Amino acid sequence: MKYSANSVWENKDPYDIVVIGAGHAGCEAALASARLGLKTMIFTVSVESIALMPCNPNIGGSSKGHLVRELDALGGEMGKVIDRTFIQSKMLNQSKGPAVHSLRAQADKAFYSRTMRQVLENQENLDIKQMEVTDILAEDGKIKGVQTYSGAIYSCRAVVLCTGTYLRARCIYGEVSMQTGPNGLQPANHLTSSLEKLGIQMYRFKTGTPARLDKNTIDFSKMEEQFGDEHVQPFSFTTDPEDVQISQASCWLTYTNETTHDIIRANIDRSPLYSGMIEGTGPRYCPSIEDKVVKFADKKRHQVFIEPEGLNTNEMYVGGMSSSLPEDVQYAMYRSVPGLEHAKIVRNAYAIEYDCIDARQLKSTLEFKKISGLFSGGQFNGSSGYEEAAAQGFVAGVNAAKMVLGEEQLVLDRSEAYIGVLIDDLVTKESHEPYRMMTSRAEYRLLLRQDNADQRLTRIGYRIGLIDEKRYQKLIEKEKMISDEMERLEHVYVGTTEAVQKLLEQYESTPLTSGISLAELIRRPELSYEAVAPLDRERRELPWDVIEQININIKYDGYIARQKRQVEAFKKMETKKIPEEIDYNEIQSLRIEAKQKLSEIRPLSVGQASRISGVSPADISVLLVYMEQYYKK
Amino acid sequence: MKNTSTIAAISTGMTNSGIGIVRMSGDEVFTIIDKIFKGKMKLSEAPSHTIHHGYIMEYEPEGQTLRNQPPIDEVLVMVMRAPRTYTGEDTVEIDCHGGTFVLTQILENVIKAGAKPAEPGEFTKRAFLNGKMDLSQAEAVIDVINSKNEYALKSSISQLKGSVRNKITDIRNKIIYHTAFIETALDDPEHISVDGYGETLKGVVDEIQETLGELIDSADDGRTIKEGIQTVILGKPNAGKSSLLNVLTGKNRAIVTDIAGTTRDVLEEQIQLQGLSLNVIDTAGIRDTEDIIEKMGVEKAKEYALNADLIIYVVDASRELDENDDEILRIVFDQKSIILLNKSDLNTIITKEILQKRIQKLRNNEKNEEIPAISISTKEESGIKELENVLKTMFLHGDIQMNDEVYITNIRQKTALQDAYESLQKVLISIENQMPEDFYSIDLMDAYESLGNITGETVGEDLANEIFSKFCMGK
Repeated sequence: MKYSANSVWENKDPYDIVVIGAGHAGCEAALASARLGLKTMIFTVSVESIALMPCNPNIGGSSKGHLVRELDALGGEMGKVIDRTFIQSKMLNQSKGPAVHSLRAQADKAFYSRTMRQVLENQENLDIKQMEVTDILAEDGKIKGVQTYSGAIYSCRAVVLCTGTYLRARCIYGEVSMQTGPNGLQPANHLTSSLEKLGIQMYRFKTGTPARLDKNTIDFSKMEEQFGDEHVQPFSFTTDPEDVQISQASCWLTYTNETTHDIIRANIDRSPLYSGMIEGTGPRYCPSIEDKVVKFADKKRHQVFIEPEGLNTNEMYVGGMSSSLPEDVQYAMYRSVPGLEHAKIVRNAYAIEYDCIDARQLKSTLEFKKISGLFSGGQFNGSSGYEEAAAQGFVAGVNAAKMVLGEEQLVLDRSEAYIGVLIDDLVTKESHEPYRMMTSRAEYRLLLRQDNADQRLTRIGYRIGLIDEKRYQKLIEKEKMISDEMERLEHVYVGTTEAVQKLLEQYESTPLTSGISLAELIRRPELSYEAVAPLDRERRELPWDVIEQININIKYDGYIARQKRQVEAFKKMETKKIPEEIDYNEIQSLRIEAKQKLSEIRPLSVGQASRISGVSPADISVLLVYMEQYYKK
Repeated sequence: MKNTSTIAAISTGMTNSGIGIVRMSGDEVFTIIDKIFKGKMKLSEAPSHTIHHGYIMEYEPEGQTLRNQPPIDEVLVMVMRAPRTYTGEDTVEIDCHGGTFVLTQILENVIKAGAKPAEPGEFTKRAFLNGKMDLSQAEAVIDVINSKNEYALKSSISQLKGSVRNKITDIRNKIIYHTAFIETALDDPEHISVDGYGETLKGVVDEIQETLGELIDSADDGRTIKEGIQTVILGKPNAGKSSLLNVLTGKNRAIVTDIAGTTRDVLEEQIQLQGLSLNVIDTAGIRDTEDIIEKMGVEKAKEYALNADLIIYVVDASRELDENDDEILRIVFDQKSIILLNKSDLNTIITKEILQKRIQKLRNNEKNEEIPAISISTKEESGIKELENVLKTMFLHGDIQMNDEVYITNIRQKTALQDAYESLQKVLISIENQMPEDFYSIDLMDAYESLGNITGETVGEDLANEIFSKFCMGK
């Protein structure tokens, strides 16, 4: 090896893919790429921080649980790791419709991080390097490699940016402002200017986290204990449900009160948010306690969840009370909450500001429109949340790999997956705050359930090459069991026999006046597949997840059919692809605003174009007509 | 293109010509036409490019039989199968008798049977997308689509009276608020509970449906302006009602159809005045027996007057007012009316002032709103211009022109209101069936979207914004 004077040396062994950042996005990106057989390097500022959970100690939750299941069906890792490292688990919204059931697990943070790190370490084709990347090297709009702080150059064919909240990160509370990433980790201060030189527009976002308290200083007798589900469901479709029936840790519920709110109001001028020290845009859905007190002044109390950070630590997360107030105010307000009167703070709450991008600079494949071979995922794209990050990281990693392999890119649409909704929203809609997934963002949520994520996406994962034959065959088998049984139920009739009427009476269901199919009975709200078992002599034993699908498909078939019709209409516009080289300025009848927006975002399809704010239905008509001419040329 | 929805529109103008055409295009045209067409054969079995004689009947929803309904019209239906049609899709054209009433009835029944009102320029758009037009034609149509869209939007919005618009906005705000509440609870179930919300929501939906019902009815009212203003001419014998009608019709040879009204003994005549169309109900038909006119006539006229959009009260200004005039004035002063002081060519003794005072007295001095009064002479045909001007200010706000686009927009608005109503009906059914709360928001958002079509607003990020601004999320 030859050493040059300016300490630049070039790694002679080029990589296919370089992933920058080893958070939840980076891990999924690197694993996907390496598993597709590509030589992959993942850079991190600290190996200890691989798959770190710097904020809440849980994975999943409303709509986020959907993302994890989808990711799992496609061949991602997050679901498998949380199944091995959770300490409490709950299916949220169980009293509601199946579309909004959502799994959420409390994680042992350190264990989660270490487990994921081990998966990376043992992954073939994947190298890990602790080093800050300072420059993205590109020529003629094409990726050539990256350069690190040490001066070393790593050439590669594609780069996936997963820098999370580390770019020019600044942590703030009160008058204290530190140039650090989350958890006091080293920030990445150089990459932003390199990206700007490549013509990438940067934004500055803000988010925050509550304090961590010492468990030994908390009086739990003043709080309500929150248990996990009696029967735990795993995230991953590959996890044996028996393996997740563990003894679970508890969380605790307490409340703020008027005293807490008075303390906050009296010190609000010392909050960096209100004093103007913070310039980044914070998320509305995840307000700090001071935001809640100011904006929802009529609320007398707010819930506070005390959650363990892991089994081998005494640190407790104070859910619901993130803040950037000064240290002394933090002490006073936390201690005003019942049970926390003597609490000691291990880590202060803080707000964090970081550089990210306006994701409308990306294609739906998560590749930069301007730079071929440069992909990005996660909080860098302006999202928030571990699950949102992992889902994007996976798609970015797969597409970087597919680009190198010269194979078809992965784009999921809004009718296929929450991941599709997430990415479509990010690359299409203007956003002024970190983007969080919500079930209300999914137009077709009755079809995009967490319980059928495997049926929706395993096939796609198999086609990508990240789902093996065995798992694929298992899905085919499951689908056959479901359709065979549903077919059978439609054709097995029961009459007005005494046994039937008696069973109906037992469930307070209207008695029969004539023969009826079993499916028709199951459709009744008060009955189910299980309930009609005594009337069904030919029934064979089926796995629980098959029965679940049968119940849902029969009970909600009217609603499901309606959504399917809506999807058909949606698909029609979605399949109208706009030619990549189209010049919107040439289309004379388009309004100027539409020309600008369309040129900027360059939507893939007419459907996507119609979702851009500032593009009217009339513009879409014009575009359709223009395309017709275009294809005739 | 596969699986297109079926669209329908009146493809001749909304003027009163001898014949009119209602056109339909899309996959379901034959299913739809067979539901309302009565002829020698089912049109779904008819060969392409053939013409069939028959009748368009009132649409009967499945399971319902409308007894003894007369046919709406005797028609010729042209059957054209894809792809050799204008749009490239299955198409039927219903050649019927012209006149707004028949055309509207047929279009409404086609829509009831499953067609959607066509968007402006939609037939042409489909023709394009199905490759039925060449390059040069395409460019011309871009302009058409553009102008039509802009026009339709402008007119549909300006057409909305402020109060209607406010009502719809009000309803939309309510819908989005309650949807946002449900959604917040679903997103953050540990902070917010939505259990038992169905009861609250039911109350809200009931109330909204009531308002929507009123709006749907008023959509019909609003349409009368475009279809013609239902006008009743009142007056004592010899006040000059008939001569007024003669002057109006004689001056405007625009009477094209004599439409038999719903009541057999009343003749409705259509008069075009400065872009306004008056459907004048001539009560002359009931004054055969001079003796009983004073009593019978007023009774009968009263009935019409109550349902009219406009009353024109013709006063003989050369004679004293009597209790018969008071009787008429009592009908007139609560309605939209115009008083014509006829026979200005003679020595008049009744002035506008005397008249207004008399009205004031009859009203017990309660209301001060003046009823417009105009001096005319049917004999010398003077004052007619003034009448036209008063009518214009009464019925036309802004410079809306009468044409088919405005008309279609109106049906679209009504359809949108009905869609919203039906979506809310589904919410009620979900509540009744004790479906989980997340099912409510699907139909609530559909209703929200339908109403947005009327006010020209899309859904976009509304729900997310409402959630964040109105409800406190945890974390």
